[in-house]
Formats: sequence, C-alpha cells, structure tokens
Amino acid sequence: MVPLLEVDRVGKKYVVPGTKTPYCVFSNVSLQINEGEFVSVIGHSGCGKSTLLNIIAGIDNADEGVVRLKGREVSQPGLDRMVVFQNFALMPWMTVYQNVRLAVQAAYPHWNRSKIHERVQHYLELVNLKGAENKYPSALSGGMKQRCGLARAFAVRLPMMLLDEPFAQIDALTRGTIQDELIRMWNDTGVTIFMVTHDVDEAILLSDRILLMSAGPFAEIRETIPITIPRPRTRGTIIEHPDYYALRNRIIQFLSEKSQPHAS
Amino acid sequence: MNSKSCLICLLLTILFLLLWQLLAQNSDMPTPGEVAVVSWEFLRDPLYDAGPNDKGIAILIGYSLLRLVSGFALASVVAVVLGVVLGRCHTLFVAVNPYIQILRSISPIAWMPLLLYSVKDSELTAFFVIFMASLWPTLANTAFGVGNIRKEYLNVASILQMKPSEKFFKVILPAAGPAIVAGLKISMGSAWVALIPAEALLGSLGLGYFVWNEWNNLSLPSVIFAILTIGVVGVIVDWMFSKLARRLAYTD
Repeated sequence: MVPLLEVDRVGKKYVVPGTKTPYCVFSNVSLQINEGEFVSVIGHSGCGKSTLLNIIAGIDNADEGVVRLKGREVSQPGLDRMVVFQNFALMPWMTVYQNVRLAVQAAYPHWNRSKIHERVQHYLELVNLKGAENKYPSALSGGMKQRCGLARAFAVRLPMMLLDEPFAQIDALTRGTIQDELIRMWNDTGVTIFMVTHDVDEAILLSDRILLMSAGPFAEIRETIPITIPRPRTRGTIIEHPDYYALRNRIIQFLSEKSQPHAS
Repeated sequence: MNSKSCLICLLLTILFLLLWQLLAQNSDMPTPGEVAVVSWEFLRDPLYDAGPNDKGIAILIGYSLLRLVSGFALASVVAVVLGVVLGRCHTLFVAVNPYIQILRSISPIAWMPLLLYSVKDSELTAFFVIFMASLWPTLANTAFGVGNIRKEYLNVASILQMKPSEKFFKVILPAAGPAIVAGLKISMGSAWVALIPAEALLGSLGLGYFVWNEWNNLSLPSVIFAILTIGVVGVIVDWMFSKLARRLAYTD
C-alpha cells in the first residue's frame, strides 16, 4: 500500500549571513504516514520540526529529497493538505465566520451560498464557537482563536492536515478541551494528521506514532515510538494505563539526552 | 476633543480675532467684521450663476472638488495597482525607487509649463497636476503596506490555492488597507494643496481662480474669505478619509 504521505530523505540548509558554509538544519529525514493516521514529531525548539512541516505544506522548499503525497511529488502548497498554525494565522480584518468561509469558498468555488453557510456553521458548532461568529480575532482568547483555526482547517475537508504546535500558545485547561474537540473531529472525518509539538503528554494523548527528532544541526528522526494505549483516550485515563509512564519516560529521556551540549 | 481642549481652542480663536482686529484697525487690512460681512454676502446665495466668470461659492467649490476627485481617482487606481506590484516584487521596487524619490519631490506645479505645452488644454493640465500630486504618497504607502503583509496571511492564501484576483481582493488589499488609506489621505491633502495654485494660474473656474480673481479685484476681504473656504473644505475632505481609515483598520 502506498502511504498517503512520504517524506524521502529531505534536508534543509540555511545560509547564515557572514559565513561560507551553510548551516544544515536537518538532513536525510524520511517518514511515511498512512491514511487516517495521527503522527507527531517531537523535538526541541530549533531542531527544524516546524521547517519540516512547512516543507510538507509546500510553503518552504527542501534543499534535498522529495515529499510525495499519494505517490505524487509535491513542492507547492495545494488543496490536499491544510495547515493549522501555531500563531493561528487568522485574517484579523475578518470575523470568525468570515475566516472559515474564506477557506470553504476557496476550496469549493462552485458551491452556492447556502451550502457554504451550512458547512461553515457546522464546523463552528463542532468547535463550540457558536455565538462568537461575528467577533474579530483580536477580541478572542488564544483558545478561541485556535478553535477558529481548527474549524477553518477541518471545514475544507482535505485528506491531510498539518498541525504546527497548535496548542503551544493556549493555556493548559483550555488546551485539554480543544484536544478533545480535535480528536472528535479526527474520528469523524478520518483525516490524516501530522503534528509538530514539544509537549510530551499531548503527543501521547493524540498520536498513533511519535517520531523523535534530534537537536540540530544535522537533526534527524532517531526513533519511532508507537503509542499502544487503546483509544478512546482521555487526559484522565491515559495516566492510569500501565504503558503510559514507560512511554513518557522514554521520550523525556530522549529529549534530555539530546539537550546536553555536544562534547566537542 | 475634551472640554479642556475645547476651551483652549475657543480662547485661542478669541485671542486671534482680537489681535487681528487690533492690527487691522491700524493698517489698511480688512477687519474681521468686514470679512464677516463679505462672507455673508457670498454665503447668502451660494448657487447664483451670473455668467461664465461670476458664479456662487458652492458652484466654485463644486468645480474644484470635481477636478480634485477626477485626478485623484485615476491617480489612486494607478498608484494602488503599481504599489501592489512593487510591494510584491522587492527587486523591482529597489530598481524603480530612485525614480519615485525624484518624482515625488517635484512640486506638481512645476510640471505645468511642460503639460500646457504638450496637452495644450488648461483643463487637462489641471487634471494632470492633480494626478501627479496624488500619485506618489499612495504609491509609496501601498508598496510599503503590501511589502510588509505578514507572511502567514499569504501562506494561507497559497495553501487555499486562491485565484490571483481572489488573493488580491480578499487578502492583499484588506491586509494593506490601512497603509493604503493612509497614503490616499496624504495624496488627497497634497492634491488639494496643488489644486489651488493650478486653478489660479490656469484660470480654471474654482476656488483657486476665485482667490486670484478677488486679488485682481483688490478685494482683500473676499481673498480672506476664499482662504478660509479653502481651509474648511480641506479639513472636511480630510475628515472623510479619517472615517474611511477607521473602518478599514484592524488589530492583529
């Protein structure tokens, strides 16, 4: 079976001003995600995981390697994968409703008004934004902004969704509720999700597999950890599962090892 | 304006009028009273029309505004389109920026001889003077505003595969909207400033012609009335743009 997403030996370099040799953020990164899977990448900030996500999204270019979606090479953004941004990326001059509608309109240009309206309303309800449709993003809390971001991403119903540290700017209590909403929508739609995060608990709660990315330069994906805890999972029940602490410790150990300064 | 500012403003007005009265009494300048009488004469019948060179003040204002709006409108369209192109393409912007800097520092009135010689029509010359006066601030502000649109908005547009026209009207224009309107506001101001001497020099019917005509009649109270009218109309036009700017503003 062809995986939905295939990242094949992708690498990224930056030229630091004033230096001759380019800085290699990561190289030789390969991963495969099957349809319907929820896969997370965990790593330190600066290891290039967001860059990797941007390359998959097509809004950044790889210096080596290729990204394939359904076996077809992709290097441009496209209406087959949607991004949920860490800083929400909502249009500040549009209301919540207009932001979601903008995406639905663009994805389904032949739809009539009422069909678009129905779709927008449905997803605003799913993320509990009913009543806030006519508010502008500047009037919303971080949690509500990301709810709008999720509604926008799910409402276009693309096969693949890329989440770039979607809950990093949201307070812990709200984060839990929105994670539940995310899981519910993921179950309902069967969308394939690739998420970048640095929150270990979040990754365990949401993912089928967690990829551990080492710190840069020359970052790479070192390990894949399948999350064996059965679904449905909740924040409360996963911690009672016998595998939970073993998984958590393994990830944290990996992260703390890699955070040691290099001996050289 | 709060009540304190209002009070100070009122006091300044009274002080100004008193000073004016004192100075005028001891010279051959018109007093505030004389200006008020003349003003009333003009304002009492603003729409009278007694031949090609004798029209009421409202008609004169109308002529000036029509000239202002037509030149300004064309210049704005050109400036916004060009500004978006320059804002999207940094290399091109750097290449043409020297020209913009030189052209924007030339008073639009300086173009008049060349324009009169080439188009041989005073009305068309006035139009192009207003056009030149309106072009640069909007062009510079639009290029700046578009060049500084946050990358993530454009990313969303490209992920959603928006058509170029959709991207232009739904993302680029509203994102750069506040900067563009700020440019339009400055453009409108400089167009209004350029319009008066252009009308005076070209003899085109309007406020500029009016002020020059009253000077030729040696009617100083009328000249002062004309000056005040130019100021008041300018403020009203500017206020309308402030209203528009507030509508288009957004907070991140």
